[in-house]
Amino acid sequence: MFRLDGKIALVTGASGGIGAAIARTLHGQGATVILSGTRQAVLDSVAAQIAPDGARAHVCPADLSDPAAADALVAAAEAAAGAPLDILVNNAGLTRDGLAIRMKDEDWNRVMEVDLAAPFRLCRAALKGMLRRRAGRIVSIASIVGITGNAGQANYSAAKAGMIGMSKSLAQEAGARGVTVNVVAPGFVQTAMTDVLAEAQREKLLAGIPLGRMGQPDDIAAAVAYLVSNEAGWITGTTLNVNGGMAMP
Amino acid sequence: MSEIADKVKKIVVEHLGVEESKVTPEASFIDDLGADSLDTVELVMAFEEAFSVEIPEDAAEKIATVKDAIDYIEKQKAA
Repeated sequence: MFRLDGKIALVTGASGGIGAAIARTLHGQGATVILSGTRQAVLDSVAAQIAPDGARAHVCPADLSDPAAADALVAAAEAAAGAPLDILVNNAGLTRDGLAIRMKDEDWNRVMEVDLAAPFRLCRAALKGMLRRRAGRIVSIASIVGITGNAGQANYSAAKAGMIGMSKSLAQEAGARGVTVNVVAPGFVQTAMTDVLAEAQREKLLAGIPLGRMGQPDDIAAAVAYLVSNEAGWITGTTLNVNGGMAMP
Repeated sequence: MSEIADKVKKIVVEHLGVEESKVTPEASFIDDLGADSLDTVELVMAFEEAFSVEIPEDAAEKIATVKDAIDYIEKQKAA
């Protein structure tokens, strides 16, 4: 079950903790993975860890804050793999936290651009081929805060909520062609993004998690691997909450 | 039949998987050739690519038949 042999998968933000785990898991299931991100050296080292022999792992750096780069990435990934894309995982994202009354327009705009507009552009580019081929899987990594909100993250939670709404629309547009579009909404996962939290903040968060631990990147990767598999072919437009029970929307 | 008409017909046959004899000038993509709304958008995109033209949204909405497509593209190419 859940094998991905012969599938071509593009994972954005593959230099980060969750993205690297997703790439590793999809590769382990047999997929050819294209790792994208802004940091070429980190991507190269993740690729080398995933596939020491270099098989079925390619690196395509891209700065998704540039609209043209997002459009070009799908083409570059297909060129690197030498085959059309079967799977798109929109994982790249960033935060610019701050209370709303002090949030600058540029912090709002940058998060909207990278966390919402870029995934849209990647979906648009990937869907063209997927619709024609009548097959494809798109999974976008949102966040629990896109559902619950979070003080200090008006921009990030708006972008992630936007990603959920966008995916439902795309799921309706692409459904007639057998293409599924879903979302994974991680809770509190141990990555560089959450390492910056203060100890008191961390303890408070942990108290709200029924399963009593922080998530690991592999917890998220497993959910993605399921949604992109052939077996998940009747699931579309959904958001899979992977959060240890922290929120049960 | 013009070169453009031939090429349009070929794209329609290929994309909608219909028999060539059914692709008459009067044939409506949706009513006669079984296209859904997504097919019509994809057809317009295929025309744009094949003929290196840009078909804006308001023009695309008016392209309902094979002849509509041929006429529009011929007009663009003549301009």
